[in-house]
Amino acid sequence: MRHILSVLIENEAGALSRVTGLFSARGYNIDSLTVQTTEDPTLSRMTIVTHGSDDVIEQITKQLNKLIEVVKVIDLNEADHIERELMLIKVRAAGKDREEIKRTADIFRGRIIDVTDKTYTIELTGTGSKLDAFINAIDAAAILETVRTGASGIARGERILKI
Amino acid sequence: MEISGAEIVSRCLAEENVEFVFGYPGGAVLEIYDSIFKQEKFKHVLVRHEQAAVHAADAYSRSSNKVGVALVTSGPGATNALTGIATAYMDSIPLVVISGQVPSNAIGLDAFQEVDMIGCSRPIVKHNFLVKDVRDLATTFKKAFHIAATGRPGPVVIDIPKDVTMAKTEFSYPESVTIRSYNPPVKGHPGQIKKAAQLLAEAKRPYIYVGGGAVQGGASAQVTELVRLLGVPCTNTLMGLGALDGNDPHFVGMLGMHGTYEANLAMQYCDVLIAIGARFDDRVISSPSQFLSSPKKIVHIDIDPSSIAKRVKVDVPIVGDVKYVLNDLIAVLKEQNMRPNADALANWWKQIDEWRKPNSLLYTPSTEVIKPQSVIEALWQVTNGEAIVTSDVGQHQMWAAQYYKFRRPKQWINSGGLGTMGFGLPAAMGAQLANPNAQVACVTGEGSIQMNIQELSTCKQYHTPVKVLSLNNRYLGMVRQWQEFFYGTRYSESYMDALPDFVKIAEAYGHVGFKVENPADVEPVLKEAFGPSLKERLVFIDFRTDQRENVFPMIQNGRGLNQMDLPEHMRGMQQTPFENNRDYGNLC
Repeated sequence: MRHILSVLIENEAGALSRVTGLFSARGYNIDSLTVQTTEDPTLSRMTIVTHGSDDVIEQITKQLNKLIEVVKVIDLNEADHIERELMLIKVRAAGKDREEIKRTADIFRGRIIDVTDKTYTIELTGTGSKLDAFINAIDAAAILETVRTGASGIARGERILKI
Repeated sequence: MEISGAEIVSRCLAEENVEFVFGYPGGAVLEIYDSIFKQEKFKHVLVRHEQAAVHAADAYSRSSNKVGVALVTSGPGATNALTGIATAYMDSIPLVVISGQVPSNAIGLDAFQEVDMIGCSRPIVKHNFLVKDVRDLATTFKKAFHIAATGRPGPVVIDIPKDVTMAKTEFSYPESVTIRSYNPPVKGHPGQIKKAAQLLAEAKRPYIYVGGGAVQGGASAQVTELVRLLGVPCTNTLMGLGALDGNDPHFVGMLGMHGTYEANLAMQYCDVLIAIGARFDDRVISSPSQFLSSPKKIVHIDIDPSSIAKRVKVDVPIVGDVKYVLNDLIAVLKEQNMRPNADALANWWKQIDEWRKPNSLLYTPSTEVIKPQSVIEALWQVTNGEAIVTSDVGQHQMWAAQYYKFRRPKQWINSGGLGTMGFGLPAAMGAQLANPNAQVACVTGEGSIQMNIQELSTCKQYHTPVKVLSLNNRYLGMVRQWQEFFYGTRYSESYMDALPDFVKIAEAYGHVGFKVENPADVEPVLKEAFGPSLKERLVFIDFRTDQRENVFPMIQNGRGLNQMDLPEHMRGMQQTPFENNRDYGNLC
């Protein structure tokens, strides 16, 4: 099953490689990983999307906690949560397709952030499946380039991940 | 006053009351060696290979209650240390390994003797540090010693670029350190401890399974008290030997791949199992599904949450320092006078005694050829069971574990997790330095000893009078045994041709050597080696042992604890509770 783990970790050189090294050494999967410093510059926050049986997810959580630099780990799947992913997608937008792509982007609440005679670059935010849906909605031949951040997640309501 | 990074290193080690640093100099650590030259607080032991430095520091720690310290240079010095670090990591041994690094401005430029030690060691350390600023050095040392020794112990690497050892700053050593992301558990959850006590009180076939965590956690007294209070049978893992006195009547022997018949069957057929600082690893329970095929309730006490439910789901997990948890458990049992049912327990003992009766460690003695087991038995006799015994890896290791009845924790020093050949001799050296008045024996084989035989030279330089017992069967014995069992006796590359004359080797290094071929000479030679005339000497004894002896019992990979290959006199014996014992009939 897919799980989305939030990790607070010391913002130190090499901390990221400890996490990724752990996943590869123990044969766990990383579907996506995002990381950036938090409002407290000594801390980074990671969102790791992974999948595995309950036993495997339990081990991943424990092994992450065992890393000296990891401050806290929560499994966002344990309660309601929100997740968002950002995609930048460059598409061929010439001739009759140009208007159609603009309309599709509007439907998905995407924003066109760069324009040339022949291309649009669209920024789109949402869950992974929404981004997938957008990709499926436009002609595959029109897609020139995509870049996705992977999911970032946060719990709904009062539940917070803080020291 | 400002002092150099190198001087800070020495000062930090002195502040930590380090007694010995095991190491080998090189370009990147010359400043540190210069600072060592100028101080007298600790001694440096110059090994002959960096792997041995780490093994010696490791065994120094295993045989004392201190953190072991090793110092190596960058590049090859650092990579040579890796096997030692991995060995310590697998057995949870507290070490601080200091590695030199090329100067900061050369890092990443493929400089001479540069290797990414932080990257190389990352999967095999509890933590590692690259010190980029001399002002961080003292705090880093404080943190490293703290992390190595607390919680589940383990090795910590400090990688120091050469320019940091030359830079200067004021020195002050922090008295304490707090790391907000690192708070190892101490006390167990009281509710869980009560549940464990309740399970024990309701047990008909209770069993206590004790691992290396009890030895490292200093919980031997608590284990012993618990076992005797309840009067229940107890087994130790390879790493747990000595946690309960091997001569205690409650002790049923080591369990696992080469465990005794009674220890393994009790593990399979108990109804309540208390696991203490043990991790249900593959060489202990073999297959988890086979192990759980006989129903049982399991209490698992461990300081490392990730050890719990890793291979086996348990009913009552208790995360905490084993010593504290056991103290609390014993207190609950005493306060509420909770004990297992006496009749049921008597019946369980009757069963265990029946399993004990055939003696699965019995071997066929010989007057023609030296039986390796008999050497260990004679060693026990001659040393009165009091020696610190180190071993290498293979058949001799298993025989030492099976036949030397360890009386106390930290008496048995071996590479259990990683299984590192070449561990035994440097380990004996480290243990002797930590315990100058103890008798130290290194049980090895002609294969393993040659992986670090150069340390005979270090032993000479530092006057460590260890006794090396090499069980020389001219084969890589355990490999040969597996080839006999599983590869149709095709002894591929397991025969050692062109062996040296070990007596001459010992003598060349300035030691005493004996070659023993006659079973009648085993005990007299051991007596001489451990006797007053050779007390101050390293003695190397080359025992020519039976080439075809195998280690029994044995559990083949994937088989259950009740599917042992048994020694000849027990072949075909059923591995179930005995039929006349009706209580257990339904478990078969």
